[in-house]
Amino acid sequence: MTTALRRYPVLIALCIAALFMVVPFLIVAVNAVKSPAEYSEHGPLSLPQGLYLDGLKDFWQRVDYGQKLFNSVLISGSVAVLAAILSVLNAYAIGIGRIKGRTWVLAFFVLANMLPQEALVYPLYYLSKQVGLYDTRLSVIIVFTVIQAAFGTYLLSSVLGQFPREIIEAARIDGANKWQVLWRIVVPVSRPTIGVLLVFFFIWTWNEFLLPLVMLISNDNQTVSVALGVLQGQRLMDATMTNAAALLGVLPAIVFFLVFQRTLTRGIAVGAVK
Amino acid sequence: MTVTVERGARAVGTDPHAGPRRPRTRDSYALFLLPGALAFTAIIIVPFLMNTGVSFTEWQGVGSPQWTGLANYRELLDDSEFWASFRHSLFMVVAMAAVPTVLGLVLAAALFDYIGKHFGSRWAAVLRACFYLPQVLPIAVAGIVWSWILAPDNGSLNELLKAVGLGSWQQDWLGDPDIALYSVMGVMVWVQIGFPLVVFMAGLQRVDPQLYEAAELDGAGWWRRFWHITLPQIRPEIYVVLTWCTIAALKVFGAVYVLTKGGPGGATDVPSYFSFTTFFEKTQVGYGAAISTILTVIILALSLVLLALQTRSEEGESA
Repeated sequence: MTTALRRYPVLIALCIAALFMVVPFLIVAVNAVKSPAEYSEHGPLSLPQGLYLDGLKDFWQRVDYGQKLFNSVLISGSVAVLAAILSVLNAYAIGIGRIKGRTWVLAFFVLANMLPQEALVYPLYYLSKQVGLYDTRLSVIIVFTVIQAAFGTYLLSSVLGQFPREIIEAARIDGANKWQVLWRIVVPVSRPTIGVLLVFFFIWTWNEFLLPLVMLISNDNQTVSVALGVLQGQRLMDATMTNAAALLGVLPAIVFFLVFQRTLTRGIAVGAVK
Repeated sequence: MTVTVERGARAVGTDPHAGPRRPRTRDSYALFLLPGALAFTAIIIVPFLMNTGVSFTEWQGVGSPQWTGLANYRELLDDSEFWASFRHSLFMVVAMAAVPTVLGLVLAAALFDYIGKHFGSRWAAVLRACFYLPQVLPIAVAGIVWSWILAPDNGSLNELLKAVGLGSWQQDWLGDPDIALYSVMGVMVWVQIGFPLVVFMAGLQRVDPQLYEAAELDGAGWWRRFWHITLPQIRPEIYVVLTWCTIAALKVFGAVYVLTKGGPGGATDVPSYFSFTTFFEKTQVGYGAAISTILTVIILALSLVLLALQTRSEEGESA
């Protein structure tokens, strides 16, 4: 009885705190569907009187949002796949091959992962101009493949270090070479971890800001993050447009969030069974 | 008899092969590292060395750099903008590492202990999801949302204050040099809190429930159980979270770019934004490289210290 009385205040306090976390999303959603007239009359806190979608449509057309989404999906998707492949190759040599000096190699990857992008951004900008890759999506894909693979190598190496060696030795005795062992045995068995890495890499690359901001200057190549950040920086948007921008920026994130929750719980569950 | 001899002979026959073959097997694994090694050399090592080299020169980005030795670094020591940006970094460490870790601990323990046990894990999962949501949001989008909420005219926060009769509390949250840094800090707490919460909740799952039951039987209240069981048990997670969040705080760029552009009057400038403007707006590449090199040295030194602490605490636990 006393505990029941004591429990509810904690629940209520946590619900209020959680509400505070999601309130910005709600305000954005509410204001994105208000007409400018309604907004200037009633301010940001009133509920919308109807569904006004012209603001969203205007914004979509003005910034060519479809193109930005395509760029973001192309860049993040390529980076996720390529970085996962690079991580698997590195981790195979370090975790299963146990090459000489692997501790140092691993330490190098950890430090590379910690390195601030500010220490790379100007040379990368300069070099990409020299080789003619400046302002191309390919340049961003190459750079982030390597940056994300630093984390992937670190994580996968420790996972593959625990890999049951009997399985590998059995396959070797059956005549499988190292490539076959990697693709037929190591990769399938590590699929849950690789899946989690793919999701992480995709979301992280989607959210990256500094390097894409520097490398992608033309409108046709910009990602969602860069396009929205630049628009915000110019301070040219009115309230309706700002909210349309925010809502269209939030929606993909919510989709990722749902995917992320599923993959993460599944990855952890499979890992526990193993 | 013949069988044994044959076996023995074969064993002897393969033995000299096995010796030299071993290192060859190990080396051929190194081939798998080749693409990674090339890619990391081109994208990380070479640019990093170039940046460090350029920091000892004066260079506008075109022409050839002029070697000036430590001149950039000497200049930085007298640059009040540089010191201010690092002072603001400390505020960011408070907002992105210290506060989220403390709040995350309390929230994780409350969600796990109270909500999870008395209301079911579904409640805990939904509430956790609410706290984690800002973490998946691109920082540019979070910046748009918050700069509109914190806008001086017609901003939601000021409207809300007016609506509840606290009109005198209205502020130009991001435009007032005395307040802007704290506003940015508030936004960063909002952005960051989900990460420690999720890590700590995962960590709590491996704590033995019997410890709590025993403590409860001994009459320990919630606070004492938190202090004497929860905290020591998830110490490894606390180190990891503090390491990652501190480094993230030192690197913070996007939030400052979209919320305040370092202003007003440099009130929210941070090292990474300072180096960005020095590189691309002032085109003092050598000076910008010096700023980013100092930032790198601080981050790497901090990473090593924190990693050492983490390893030591893990060893202490297993001993």
